[in-house]
Amino acid sequence: MGKLYETLMLDVRFQEGLNACINCGTCTAICAAAEFYNYEPRSIVDTVQTKDDEKIIALLKSETIWYCGECMSCKTRCPRGNAPGLIIMALRSLSQDMGYFVESEKGRQQLALKRTIGAWILSTGYCVYLEGVGTDLHPEQGPIWDWKQKNWSKVFERLGANYRGNGPGILRKIPEETLDELREIFRITGGSQRFQQIEDCSKKKAQEMNLNLDDGIANEYFQHIYKYNSQTHYRDED
Amino acid sequence: MKIEGKQALWKDYQKEIADDNYFYVRSCIRQSFFPGSETAFLNIMRQDLGKDVYEHPCHTTCTGIGYHSDIVPLETTMTVVARQFALMTEAGYKNYVPSCVTSFGLYTEILDIWHHFPETLAKTRENLKKATGREFQIPENLAHASDIIYKFRKEIAAKAKYKLINKSTNQPIKVVEHIGCHYSKMFPSKGVGGAEYPYVLVGMIEEWGGEVIDYPERRHCCGFGFRQYLVQANRGYSIACSHKKFESMQPFKPDLILTNCPGCPMFLDKWQYAIAEMEGKTYGENGQGIPVFTYEELAGLVLGYNPWDLGVQLHQVSCEPLLDKIGIPYDADKKYEGINGQKLGIPEMPLTLKCC
Repeated sequence: MGKLYETLMLDVRFQEGLNACINCGTCTAICAAAEFYNYEPRSIVDTVQTKDDEKIIALLKSETIWYCGECMSCKTRCPRGNAPGLIIMALRSLSQDMGYFVESEKGRQQLALKRTIGAWILSTGYCVYLEGVGTDLHPEQGPIWDWKQKNWSKVFERLGANYRGNGPGILRKIPEETLDELREIFRITGGSQRFQQIEDCSKKKAQEMNLNLDDGIANEYFQHIYKYNSQTHYRDED
Repeated sequence: MKIEGKQALWKDYQKEIADDNYFYVRSCIRQSFFPGSETAFLNIMRQDLGKDVYEHPCHTTCTGIGYHSDIVPLETTMTVVARQFALMTEAGYKNYVPSCVTSFGLYTEILDIWHHFPETLAKTRENLKKATGREFQIPENLAHASDIIYKFRKEIAAKAKYKLINKSTNQPIKVVEHIGCHYSKMFPSKGVGGAEYPYVLVGMIEEWGGEVIDYPERRHCCGFGFRQYLVQANRGYSIACSHKKFESMQPFKPDLILTNCPGCPMFLDKWQYAIAEMEGKTYGENGQGIPVFTYEELAGLVLGYNPWDLGVQLHQVSCEPLLDKIGIPYDADKKYEGINGQKLGIPEMPLTLKCC
């Protein structure tokens, strides 16, 4: 048995997700990602089952593991109780732990997620905090979103929110002591280390790609990973 | 009575839902996009149904969006969830009610992991104690907020001012329901009706007078896909999933799309706008879209709440065609007002999608 397979087996999601796949392809048939991307969850499970370190390393460096949307439709339908979605989550964790995620276009996007969702979690206590996030980044949100952004606190007040207020309620200010607890949980359970690993690996990759990367999102590397699509990921329609 | 056939199958997918004294935790996405829905849920529970619902000011994100974007490790997420349970325990509650379906799925997943791998529960208790000094009990009852409205659907029907009936034709309003994937695809036994035939929204629609319309892609994901929407370069995945659903449901001419997940109504609403602007294609009547509602909004409407108190003016697809069909009155001049009638201007009109 390869060492990486042993490492994957330490992740309870991997143990829960893999119960001897029979390669029937049901997961691929139901998979929303397989319909859009050049992607087969069946093949991922097949590769992992070889327990071959070289093949697993190739997977960890690949685009493939980043195509899944984690809808978990595969878990419902697998006749053997496998969950390729959970296997993917274990692979993505390992890819980040080993620094391989920056070797793929889709993997590099982890920094964008860390600097948006991750930053919001630790600074506000919410996983999305959207005041000021406009239709320049989210054009699909439409003119109603522009109107809402323009009148943000008044709209929330109208709809019964306690916007940035003390006490309970919608989009209340989460107390600093609570945020300290959250940060301490991240510190002692590996969350902060994961964030640091994403930062460190991304900085090295940015240098290698000759792209500027400083704090925040207004830099070349962030804008590149957030917006760039090589258009090589899709299923051949023919 | 002997229970067999479909009845026996259905029996496996009933779930116990507590009938009072709830510890409510909010959804990051629902608060941001549909604040009126959470306000309506609490008003319905407390004022219309007389229930005790407690909200702790110090609860936070469950980290679910970060966890499913794979930036937050499982051990971290389990400890944040444990902290939420600690707040419930400290407040003296046992019935845990998340507003978010991603959260609900995450709680069911973590409780399952703790059950199968007790050492992870022990480690989580240790981590939480070390980080915060807190201790927790596992909830006696875990139900999504839509489960609670489902449980009281008959009581709501009894107090309803409006039925889901088209007042012009006297026919039931035709509704397609969309269940958030993480409600029951991971753990079918934890959702009312399971994963293939979830009944949580169907029960509301039927009880309130509407007709549920089946269509081929009923169970397909709305396309959130976490990183597939959150990163701009990947959003083609998201719109493609919603597009597949719209194309599949359109021939059945639904009057309404009803959802139970915070993200799904936003995607199914906004992607209709994007498809209209990109391709000139619209899915509703007369160049409009198909209105998309949360279950709290629909419950509020049938109970006679002012539509603008529910926040349906924040949808990009206009809600008025549905209100008109049912005969729910509204004051168009007040649609975009703040409190005390403050005028906030009006949004621009999309180029293609017709809006009221």
